[in-house]
Amino acid sequence: MRPATRTLADVVVIAALAAYAIPFFWQLLTSFKPEAELLRIPPLLPSRLTLSHYRVVLEQSLMPRALLNSLGIATLTTTVALVVGLPGAYAVARRPVPGKRWLLLAIVASTAFPQIATVSPLYLLMRGLDLRDTWTGLVLVHASFALPLTVWLLAGFIREIPIEAEEAASVDGAGLVKTFRWVVVPLLAPGLASTALLTFLFSWNEFLFAYTFTVSEASRTIPVALALFPGVFEVPWGDIAAASMLASLPPVLIVVALQRFLVRGLVAGAVKE
Amino acid sequence: MLLLAPTALALGALTVYPGAWVLWLSLQHRIPIFGVARFAGLDNFTFLSVDARFWSAAHTTAVFTVASVALEVVLGVGAALAIHTQRRGRAVALSFLLLAWAMPAVVAAKLFEWLYHPVAGLINVALGRHALNWLGDPAIALAAVTLADVWRTMPFVAILCYARLLAIPPDLYEAAQVDGAGRLATLTRITLPLLGRILLLAVLFRTLDALRAFDIMFVLTGGGPANTTETLTVYAYRALFQTLQLGFGSALSVVVFALVMVVAWAYLRLLRAGSVAA
Repeated sequence: MRPATRTLADVVVIAALAAYAIPFFWQLLTSFKPEAELLRIPPLLPSRLTLSHYRVVLEQSLMPRALLNSLGIATLTTTVALVVGLPGAYAVARRPVPGKRWLLLAIVASTAFPQIATVSPLYLLMRGLDLRDTWTGLVLVHASFALPLTVWLLAGFIREIPIEAEEAASVDGAGLVKTFRWVVVPLLAPGLASTALLTFLFSWNEFLFAYTFTVSEASRTIPVALALFPGVFEVPWGDIAAASMLASLPPVLIVVALQRFLVRGLVAGAVKE
Repeated sequence: MLLLAPTALALGALTVYPGAWVLWLSLQHRIPIFGVARFAGLDNFTFLSVDARFWSAAHTTAVFTVASVALEVVLGVGAALAIHTQRRGRAVALSFLLLAWAMPAVVAAKLFEWLYHPVAGLINVALGRHALNWLGDPAIALAAVTLADVWRTMPFVAILCYARLLAIPPDLYEAAQVDGAGRLATLTRITLPLLGRILLLAVLFRTLDALRAFDIMFVLTGGGPANTTETLTVYAYRALFQTLQLGFGSALSVVVFALVMVVAWAYLRLLRAGSVAA
């Protein structure tokens, strides 16, 4: 192909994919539209942009509280899943564990576990332990649910580290913990980042458990608060648009700034044997 | 062994134990608000076998799963091939796709609720005067829900395929060119066969997710209109937490669980057979 045709082809592909993201951009535009113009199209573009919907959401709804809840729960979930999963992943990747085949099978099977299958017993458990409406409850559930994928991903990334590095360290007299801390973890950093991002997104986006295990409005996470966004007489489309944008902020930041790690994690999760 | 203890403990306490518990619950009549809790044997399952609403939900689940996965594969492969042809701007192109994928399903539901708005929705505006009540018309609500789900999940298929395309050695294409293979022949003889295995994996993951899907229909339609978008998961949820039949709802959950496991097992066998042949 001639260079001009090539460039044109590139532009067409980008334009097509930009068009694919229209649902998002349309909501973004809606979140800045004046209330009176929301239900009046055409014209497609508003006469002016306003922050009033964001003001309503941030000052008059419980959305800020939900943002805080989600941020806290997703961060803690990621931490717990990584701390619990890392030793397990290391054992799976490097140690001769009896019954390893079955263990791996169990891990794969539990990534396929449908949430709906455990929601009723977990509900009884949460109620029994008085963990409804708490961060602890959701962090425990989210972390355990994310754990199989975390172990799976980390084990794959650990296998990519040349074993010679570890052997050298142990020849130099470093124990397991030291080898782990000074050899494995630094080499694993990009893999850890990918795994952490996927775990964080899972917890941030999770709806079913967060919806079932919260009773009070103040303990809702962002997807729950958004799904149940209150309207008094009519649906407040502008406010909902603003709230959706706030709910998408971390995912969007991750996609834009950390795309490389995200793609690596996604692909690794599917391809590792 | 000690290294595995935390993982095993967490999985045991919050996945395996509830998994066994749900089986036990499904064998009971259990309606907490009426103080009912007694053993029922297989009553719940016997009832399901003649429950018209169950069969309707099973049918909806099947249609939703097949339609969404099929669309995702076609669009996903197309998008992957398109991005692969690009000389520049691949990262930007990927960003647009990942944007849709990274959204919470609840946000995707809200985006599409607004797009489907009967008066001010972008889709009806684009269609001109043929205003459709996307989420309120029983004839098209399931299609509307499926489309919203495809939008959010197709990028997953696209990205897996794209990564596979990157791994195909360029000399393979050069050799094809030397042999005088046209573009179409290159696509059907080289590219698509090489995508086969990763596509099978992508289809496996997406099928499992589609069978388990809950958020998108729960938020968009709540299972309505006239239960036309009520999948097995939504039916299970409504039985569990809206009519508070813990036993019956658990039986429905067990069915979803069994379905997912059977499909996963079938695919894994297929994959293994494929890798032996290859």
